[in-house]
Amino acid sequence: MHEETVMEPSQYLTFTLGDEVFALDIGKVREVLDYTSVTRVPRTPEFMCGVINLRGNVVPVVDMRLKFGMPATEKGVNTCIIIVEVRVDDETTVLGAMADSVQEVLDLGPEQIEPAPRIGTKLNIDFIQGMGKHGEGFVMILNIDKVFSAGELAACEPDESEK
Amino acid sequence: MIEQLRQTFREEADELLADLELALLELERSPGDEGLVDRIFRAMHTIKGSSAMFGFEGITSFSHEVETVLDLLREGRICVTKELVELVLSARDQIKAMLGAPGEAGETDLSRTGEIVAALHRVTGTAHPLTAAEESESADHRRPAETGAETTCTIRFRPDREIFLRGLSPAHILNELRELGECRVTVHTDQVPPLADLDPALCYLWWDVVLTTSQGIDAVHDAFLFVGEEGSVEIVASPAGEAVEPTVEEVGGSDGRALAAERDNGRESQRGISSIRVTADKLDQLINLVGELVTVQARLSQTSVLRNDAELVGLAEEVERLTAGLRDSALNIRMVPIGSTFSRFKRLVHDLAVELGKDVELVTAGAETELDKTVIEKLNDPLVHLIRNSIDHGIESPAVRLAAGKPARGTIHLSAVHSGDSVLVTIRDDGAGIDRAAVRARGAVKGLIPAGAELSEKETYNLLFMPGFSTAEAVTSISGRGVGMDVVKKGIDLLRGTVGITSSAGEGTAVTVRIPLTLAIIESLLVKIGTDCFVIPLSLVEECIELTRLDVARAHGRHLADVRGRIIPYINLRERFAIAGERPEIEQIVIADLEGKRVGLVVDHVIGEHQTVIKSIGRMFRGARGVSGATILGDGSVALILDVQQLVADEEQGDYAYAFPATAEFMAKEKPTYA
Repeated sequence: MHEETVMEPSQYLTFTLGDEVFALDIGKVREVLDYTSVTRVPRTPEFMCGVINLRGNVVPVVDMRLKFGMPATEKGVNTCIIIVEVRVDDETTVLGAMADSVQEVLDLGPEQIEPAPRIGTKLNIDFIQGMGKHGEGFVMILNIDKVFSAGELAACEPDESEK
Repeated sequence: MIEQLRQTFREEADELLADLELALLELERSPGDEGLVDRIFRAMHTIKGSSAMFGFEGITSFSHEVETVLDLLREGRICVTKELVELVLSARDQIKAMLGAPGEAGETDLSRTGEIVAALHRVTGTAHPLTAAEESESADHRRPAETGAETTCTIRFRPDREIFLRGLSPAHILNELRELGECRVTVHTDQVPPLADLDPALCYLWWDVVLTTSQGIDAVHDAFLFVGEEGSVEIVASPAGEAVEPTVEEVGGSDGRALAAERDNGRESQRGISSIRVTADKLDQLINLVGELVTVQARLSQTSVLRNDAELVGLAEEVERLTAGLRDSALNIRMVPIGSTFSRFKRLVHDLAVELGKDVELVTAGAETELDKTVIEKLNDPLVHLIRNSIDHGIESPAVRLAAGKPARGTIHLSAVHSGDSVLVTIRDDGAGIDRAAVRARGAVKGLIPAGAELSEKETYNLLFMPGFSTAEAVTSISGRGVGMDVVKKGIDLLRGTVGITSSAGEGTAVTVRIPLTLAIIESLLVKIGTDCFVIPLSLVEECIELTRLDVARAHGRHLADVRGRIIPYINLRERFAIAGERPEIEQIVIADLEGKRVGLVVDHVIGEHQTVIKSIGRMFRGARGVSGATILGDGSVALILDVQQLVADEEQGDYAYAFPATAEFMAKEKPTYA
């Protein structure tokens, strides 16, 4: 398993949500799909888009823009679903993250990654693993396990949130 | 290879131990039953023999000690006492622990073994440790002159060809016979093929043995205990000089079988139909593949209809028929009788009753009811909790029972019965029943209901399933910490089952658990709302009727339909699920039958029956209410499986939802999606 703390040169997949560029550790990414119709599960939070059929398996899909408090994704030709493997409570779960577009695979060395600033990212600091320098700008490297951690998923579990 | 054999031994020993336990518990109730003593003895003897074969020396010597005691019992020299049964039970537990212990020879806590052996000797009063030690050296050496008179028997032993492959050697068996007494062995070589055809791994020989022994015919039979069903053994015994009384035992042959079965009833019934062991993984894989096949077949059928090609349609129908057959038999393979779980509970009840100083008997019915293996495994914990509850809270102490005019011994009935595509498991005790007023008071204290709230019987009992609820005043080691029923409910929900309680004060409580037969594939009804497809388990569906705009107008906004004079409430799913779009002119009401309660579900269209391969929608959607899973349709899209019980329960709660703070919070949170 990939260790978050060890910052060796590694590859990241970048994708956009609106104007912003985010990156994901490539080891977490299983594949990237074109947008297909998603079956909505009734009575669940808005950011949970629903489920898709991934070669016979039912995989949940999350709208990353809604998850990060942006307006909902408008489906276009570039809209895609990034299938990621996340570790939740020591269980590997496969889920789809819907993004506006997928850009490229970046090689980033440890010297190119800085710790995330504590303010000014508009996002929950726990979600960000670091800021990668890329050309003129920055990409936000997401800690995908945290984004989909048990507490976050529990947002749609009324039974759990009561405690 | 040897490790594999050892594994087989462990599995077999597990079964034997389970049977041993059962027989012991029965023996406690009917101490005079010689058949039971024989059954126990045989099980112990088999364990001893096969443990020796696979090098579990610790078990061999220990089980030998126990066997010696059992032998005394069998000869009627000592009689069955409660203490003895307890001891043999603890010996059983020790053997089980030894089996599970890591390390080759299964050597564990020797001191515990010693304790049990010492206690056994104390009980039997035959403490001659010297002879015991001597005997344990040769596994099958029994003290001579126990049965007195000498017997001569003629034995024709034809082992099956594969005897070596099963790890047995005829030479060992013959040696064992030699130890029993004077023995003349003749070997027959007529079956041996020419060298070119000879397979050295097979056994071509057979033997005639004339044996004069003083140890009785049983000892001779015991020597052939492991030969199994494949070989044939004929034993003709004649007590020295007297007329020959034939006792033919032809194992595996057809004619002798009935006779053997009759004489050896107990043993035969356990052997059952010949079977093979398959690991659960392989079965799961098979079920997965069948699931995929069913999905593909649905696609094929759909495509063939669209193509309008007669030949293709014919083929598709053929495939459909075969798939259905394959699916049924694949699912059937995983079905196991629930009895194995029941028998474990006998021990549980026995131990708990002793601990609590109560007298409780467990009566089981429907042990042969078959359920999916995974379901049975997951059902175990909830049932354990329910039985504990019955013993701890339900059944009163003998004194209280007698004072109430009931027999001192409490009874717990555990039964399983098929009902449609579900199995009903009922646990009924004749204890004190549930004090409804206490439950209500407790609910008010815990803040689950407002003080003085009017609750129906069912609602009151539902409080029991709330987390942290317990009416018992004292916390005992068994139950009463208030986690039990909550765990039961969760466990049964996971199995897509339901729990119901009925109780009457002073007469007892019955808990009924309804669980689906299988978790893999169900028959269902496919319906459509807007562009979304949903499936409803067909077992719940009673009928489908139309709902026109006129009907809606006539009902004045009430969600009630008049079906042939009966008023049936309905839930508008489009509204509930906040699905946008125009309602069609004529909608459909699917009427579901929930244990006698009829509820309608309004959908746009009913598409038809569908073979649903149940897929989990993952932990992310675990909290989604009203949806229990998903399935993949012929065109590759995903349809959700409706959890009708949950939908209706939510709807019913909606009436007084704000009485429950937790629910009110939930309702408020969910409100936006309600539209």
